[in-house]
Amino acid sequence: MKQAANPDKERHALMEKIQMVDFALVELTLYLDTHPQDSQAIQQFNQLAVESRDLKGAYEKRFGPLRQFGGSFSGYPWNWGDTPWPWQV
Amino acid sequence: MWFYEKKLQYPVKVSECNPRLAKYLIEQYGGADGELSAALRYLNQRYSIPDKVIGLLTDIGTEEFAHLEMIATMVYKLTKDATPEQMKEAGLGAHYANHDHALFYHDAAGNPWTATYIQAKGDPIADLYEDIAAEEKARATYQWIINMSDDPSLNDGLKFLREREIVHSQRFREAVEILKFERDRKQIF
Repeated sequence: MKQAANPDKERHALMEKIQMVDFALVELTLYLDTHPQDSQAIQQFNQLAVESRDLKGAYEKRFGPLRQFGGSFSGYPWNWGDTPWPWQV
Repeated sequence: MWFYEKKLQYPVKVSECNPRLAKYLIEQYGGADGELSAALRYLNQRYSIPDKVIGLLTDIGTEEFAHLEMIATMVYKLTKDATPEQMKEAGLGAHYANHDHALFYHDAAGNPWTATYIQAKGDPIADLYEDIAAEEKARATYQWIINMSDDPSLNDGLKFLREREIVHSQRFREAVEILKFERDRKQIF
């Protein structure tokens, strides 16, 4: 049986994926700041950077812009200020 | 420059309205060893620190702002539905009188944030040792708050933040070793 689409649930699931990938990128960034020669970590960092960009693109198409000052495209009308903000979820 | 991203670093959930917990948590918002102090400390020290560790201070300082937003979200969610009576019972009567439900940069006892909480000595070892100490103090504060909290959803977020303090402390310790190595290398040649 096909379940009715639940946008809140989907938004939450996609956001959680983004949070996971971006967390790995934060960790790798701090690690590489003190281990700049670790080529395997750099490879992982670059792979995850692509994954993060793609996930955010998919999220933004459905739920609006994530990134400020031109990091994301706007819909019409201007939708950067649309709720919910992160603390309202 | 900085960019805002419309997301939290880690999901923040709270089980119920609990202004008493919010009163304790505000320590990590505007307290001496809180996230505001951390962000401002590192992002200010980085201008005069050796090039080898500027990236680390920039990145950890930036992550601290994400943590500040998580704490703000926790406090907001714990207090947004509290009545003035509940705020009073939770020891937030004085806060309510001045700020209603707004957040303010003060510690759990109500002392406003002050720049005297943070230092920039211009001496890289002194600055990094302060940073390591700051992370350890913040880690301990998270532990004390977790010890007093019976909200499992909130504790999940607090445990994430406690863990980040440990990682930052370790990275700062590595930064000290990097600077010591550089100093010794220069003496040899």
